[in-house]
Amino acid sequence: MLGYALRRVLSAIPIALIAVTICFFILRVAPGGPFDGERALPPTVLANLRAHYNLDQPLIIQYFIYVGRLLQGDLGPSMVIDGFNVSQLIAIGFPFTLTMAMTAFVIATAIGILAGIVAAVNQNKWPDYVLVLTVMVGVIIPNFLMAALLQLWFGVYLRWLPAGGWVNGSWVHLVLPVTVLAWPHAARISRLMRGSMIEVLGTNYVRTARSKGLGQRLVLARHAIKPALLPVVSYLGPGLSYLLTGSLAVEQIFGLPGIGKYFITAALNRDYGIVLGTTILYMFIILALNLIVDLVYAWLDPKVRYR
Amino acid sequence: MNNVLKTGALAAVAAMLMSTSAFAVTLQMHNGGDPGSLDPHKVSGDWENRVVGDYIEGLVTEDANADAIPGQAESWEISEDGLVYTFKLRDGIQWTDGTPVTAGDFVFAFQRLMNPATASEYAYLQYPIKNAQAINAGEITDFNELGVKALDDKTVEITLEAPTPYFLQALTHYTAYPVPKHKVEELGDAWTSVENIVANGPYKIVEWLPGSYVRSEKNPDYYDAENVQIDEVYYHVLEDQAAALNRYRAGEFDILTDFPADQYQWIEQNLPGQAHVDPFLGIYYYVLNQEKEPLNDIRIREALSISVLRDVIGPDILGTGELPAYGWVPPGTANYEGEQYLPEWSTTSYEERVERAKALMTEAGYTPENPLTLQLRYNTNDNHQRIAVALAAMWEPIGVRIELFNAETAVHYDALRAGDFQIGRAGWLLDYSDAANTLDLLKTGTSQVGGTVNWGNNYGRYSNEEFDSLLNQAATEQDLTARAGLLHQAEEIAMNDFAAIPIYWYVSKNVVSPKITGFVDNAKDIHRTRWLTKSE
Repeated sequence: MLGYALRRVLSAIPIALIAVTICFFILRVAPGGPFDGERALPPTVLANLRAHYNLDQPLIIQYFIYVGRLLQGDLGPSMVIDGFNVSQLIAIGFPFTLTMAMTAFVIATAIGILAGIVAAVNQNKWPDYVLVLTVMVGVIIPNFLMAALLQLWFGVYLRWLPAGGWVNGSWVHLVLPVTVLAWPHAARISRLMRGSMIEVLGTNYVRTARSKGLGQRLVLARHAIKPALLPVVSYLGPGLSYLLTGSLAVEQIFGLPGIGKYFITAALNRDYGIVLGTTILYMFIILALNLIVDLVYAWLDPKVRYR
Repeated sequence: MNNVLKTGALAAVAAMLMSTSAFAVTLQMHNGGDPGSLDPHKVSGDWENRVVGDYIEGLVTEDANADAIPGQAESWEISEDGLVYTFKLRDGIQWTDGTPVTAGDFVFAFQRLMNPATASEYAYLQYPIKNAQAINAGEITDFNELGVKALDDKTVEITLEAPTPYFLQALTHYTAYPVPKHKVEELGDAWTSVENIVANGPYKIVEWLPGSYVRSEKNPDYYDAENVQIDEVYYHVLEDQAAALNRYRAGEFDILTDFPADQYQWIEQNLPGQAHVDPFLGIYYYVLNQEKEPLNDIRIREALSISVLRDVIGPDILGTGELPAYGWVPPGTANYEGEQYLPEWSTTSYEERVERAKALMTEAGYTPENPLTLQLRYNTNDNHQRIAVALAAMWEPIGVRIELFNAETAVHYDALRAGDFQIGRAGWLLDYSDAANTLDLLKTGTSQVGGTVNWGNNYGRYSNEEFDSLLNQAATEQDLTARAGLLHQAEEIAMNDFAAIPIYWYVSKNVVSPKITGFVDNAKDIHRTRWLTKSE
């Protein structure tokens, strides 16, 4: 198992290099550049700017400059946000995004699993219907609309919570953004959990357990929950990466300092450094999450073994 | 008894101290985008100007009405030929680390601005200064050749290439701000990081959390600090306009610097008197590619322009009452005496205009049955789309079929610059209040080494020798009235050539809480925090 994990980690290096290469060249093929704003720059100024960021070199040389810097851990400058380099922006924004995403992840996973179990056990009774309805709301309403609605309701009408902004260490500022992020995530997990739980509860070994005279709680705790978790676990990896990357709308609407927005805005601004930097970061996160999910899988399912 | 009095007095003093600190006045300003930088030589947007213009002050600065008033310079003299400006600095001005602000800081700043290595996007705004353009282009490498000199620590002398009537206006722009020579020499570009930054303006920057806010505090050493009421300013990053309005309604913002146009009616009804919609020096227009068929045909350009029903765009399509534009210089622009340009056709009825447009199109060989197909490019945005759709509908009856094509901003302007379009959306906000600043958009491109032509912002590649020569004459004309006359003639020529389709004059859209006083509506939409006061 350890050898397997090590092999997976090592194989991430060529994958990373290929991803960086593809991403680097695709970005350059796209029309427009970081200095194509509403105003034309005088040719001399444009030439100065391009020289400043090495953009006047042949593309292949630029590529080697970038990879050379990357190997030394330098993600290079941002072309659009001048006051910070890419590593600094990630250092400021990522811990925030991570805190927000992990909080949403933990809450959503816990609520989702519990709700799924409750719904499965009470199949076609009122707790099940309430759950289905809540899930529908979470999945149907897009997050930017949900954010605006919660902002209006709790920030403007009730004035219970701040409608946005960030004050360091103030958890009340996180309540609405985390709710918006967590809701659809919890909804998906509860649906997965409900479905797989219903399936497991109908299996022969659960019937056997019941016929031995085990009560509902013991049946659930000892025999049903662990196997029913499998589909949920395989969703958790992509789910967390979705939470990490999908915070764009939430960050923009609530004015939060995370890095989710760079993923989109930097691409639109052709800020090559930030696009590559965030892509590399997310690539490693996704590779790591996939590895963790595979390992957890092995622990949950006796049929899965890695060598 | 004595003790009781003492204790009472102490308590009173303590209470006063506490109350002053508890009532430290904080301005919560919505500011749109994240600053790209805090360095006055590297910024380019109005949201950056709000932050930078509060912490650095130039030789001249803006009053509440955004007119030029003495800033770090207490007075100046202009030579009779209009070429030499001599500025006398105030006594006792200093950076927030205690270092005095000297004439040397200004000389250093202008040299840095023009240094090709700085790659300042807006350096060209100070090209009126002698040798500025040549230094910026790398043709002169000795920066001391620049027309900015320190006669002594307190005197800055600026020599121009040619008399420039709007030069004081140009000096209010952030490209003319000083930078702390001692800090920049020591730290390079890192001087603007929050831990290093120093200020000479009414505020100093104390915190920057990208994506969330920049925070400034009052600078107690500023020469006019006693008249600055607001102690602390948050410039909030929030590009989502609807969310910004929600936060304003929740009481989290005191000033909104933009709002969704479709909420204007709602704001007027529910927050009466708080919306400030005012003419803003800027023009929204469509460029017509005159290098290629078919828009090199003036008949088609005329037909397109006169058949645009501009009166409905502000009130109905955008909902914020933007005024229709028939000329090229926004109303209220400085140094532009005389009647605002209005073509004759604008006074005729819309039916007559459509009839004339139809006739012109028929002459050119197109009818509604055999329409001319044109592509209209715009950058992706709801308002641009609404206007494009409306204009396409207005053009259908005269025999023009429009294919809409939208792209993100970088791609859109890349295509316009490459001349890869037929009709394209564009907009221009004036850098400073002067008519030449918009008319330059229609000037013939300048030839470059290698035979290429740099068309700059003249995307449609309009070219008229008479127009160019009038602009060149105006550039050196010292008499403001005569200069305005030349510029008026130039505007008329370009508009008679239908060089582009002006659509509307921009408006600024602010929402200001009743707690704020001192917010004066002005055409530049510049409202420095030092002039504002806030009550609880």
